[in-house]
Amino acid sequence: MSNTDVVVTGLGATTPLGGDVATTWSALLEGRSGISTLTEDWVADLPVHFAGRAAEEPSEKLPRARLRRLDRTQQFALIAAKEAWGDAGTPDVDPVRLGVVLSSGIGGILTILEQYDIFREKGWKRVSPFTVPMLMPNSPAAAVALEFSARAGAHSPVSACASSAEAIANAIDMIRVGRADIVIAGGTEAALHPLNIASFASMRALSTRNDDPQGASRPWDVNRDGFVMSEGSGVVILESAEHAARRGARVYAVAAGAGYSDDAHDIVAPDPEGTGQARAILSALTNADLKPTDIAHVNAHATSTPTGDVSETAAIRIALGDTAADQVAVTSTKSMTGHLLGGAGAVESIATVLTLHEGRIPPTINIEELDPDVQVDIVRDKQRELPAEALAALNESFGFGGHNIAVVFRRP
Amino acid sequence: MAHSEEEILAGLGEIIDEIAGVPAADVTPEKSFVDDLDIDSLSMVEIAVAAQDKFGVEIPDDQLKDLKTVRDVINYIQK
Repeated sequence: MSNTDVVVTGLGATTPLGGDVATTWSALLEGRSGISTLTEDWVADLPVHFAGRAAEEPSEKLPRARLRRLDRTQQFALIAAKEAWGDAGTPDVDPVRLGVVLSSGIGGILTILEQYDIFREKGWKRVSPFTVPMLMPNSPAAAVALEFSARAGAHSPVSACASSAEAIANAIDMIRVGRADIVIAGGTEAALHPLNIASFASMRALSTRNDDPQGASRPWDVNRDGFVMSEGSGVVILESAEHAARRGARVYAVAAGAGYSDDAHDIVAPDPEGTGQARAILSALTNADLKPTDIAHVNAHATSTPTGDVSETAAIRIALGDTAADQVAVTSTKSMTGHLLGGAGAVESIATVLTLHEGRIPPTINIEELDPDVQVDIVRDKQRELPAEALAALNESFGFGGHNIAVVFRRP
Repeated sequence: MAHSEEEILAGLGEIIDEIAGVPAADVTPEKSFVDDLDIDSLSMVEIAVAAQDKFGVEIPDDQLKDLKTVRDVINYIQK
């Protein structure tokens, strides 16, 4: 395997905070919440009445006839991918050297449920002939490959809420092994349906703070009571440093490396010791050829669940060691975006990249009383400057199934 | 109940606009679905089902593949 440097040359997103990266990023720095009360009638039957709806409906950017043959996951992914592609300067690249790695955690579940309703009410002939290409979990990757004529390969690694971090990790490898010069990488999710909310609520994973939706996602606060479901997509353009240099592309950051592990501890609960997560972080550092003290910032997975948030800070301490862990500034942007599930790792990687690029760390909002078991320095309430000498930052994403992914970015 | 050619053409225009995003004004009898209107086989299935709802004429799959132009569909529905 050649050690080709991989760089980030484009960013795109559609999130509960905004229909693009600029809007999302400024809201993150200002500490604004994108969570709101749902207005649908069905919320009355649920214990959770709020979520992170995408700030911009896909119909504002895609034509009507296009929308009806794309699942909402595909719609978000296409919108984010188009923004990222434009942001990268619409690169001129040989189609057989252009790849896609784009995931969803759940897949086209809105299509499945909607078409099942149609099947039950009207019979098989009224089921859309586009049902299969809309519901398949690889449909967002396929739609993006089609849009950009990406012929080097299109992949969709699925690892629940770690899916899009794993997509970025795999995309780095795809370039390093020489299979592509550019990869469109990221993730998407669109699962705000009563069944999904009921499913997560029945495992007691969701916050039920119905009287204060914007205060519901509160990673590391002692009174956190679960995560907030959100929808949207994040996409990055990864490119071999050589290809980017040849076309004079702007480089946001180096996608320096990634690490993988699995807890193999429980189907949903993370290992409370954090050792599995720590192994992912350590292997990411090795992969990126960096040492623990090079990491100045962590964009944490921290979803605001009672079990997950604290063990993650333990993992950071185990992996980095006391000296490095004492100086690292940790934040959870999920306090503002909510949890985009299969889109989370990509949106948070974008925040990590922009933190390095602009030197500003978004805050974790809603911490009224910090959990005393938290073992690292949390960037609370207000954005903080990243030290000028800071070299690298880490994005962590974990998923049901014990999947742990850490992606390291460094300044160019 | 028989439909006039104008009625069918207007109805098909609405359906094709809705399903394929082709403006109704572009849907004229001589147009080929594949070559002129860029409509693929899965969309033709949707159009056939919608046409059945609108005109009460079922278009079986084995007939559908022979309907190449808007005129073919009009003739089939009028038959």
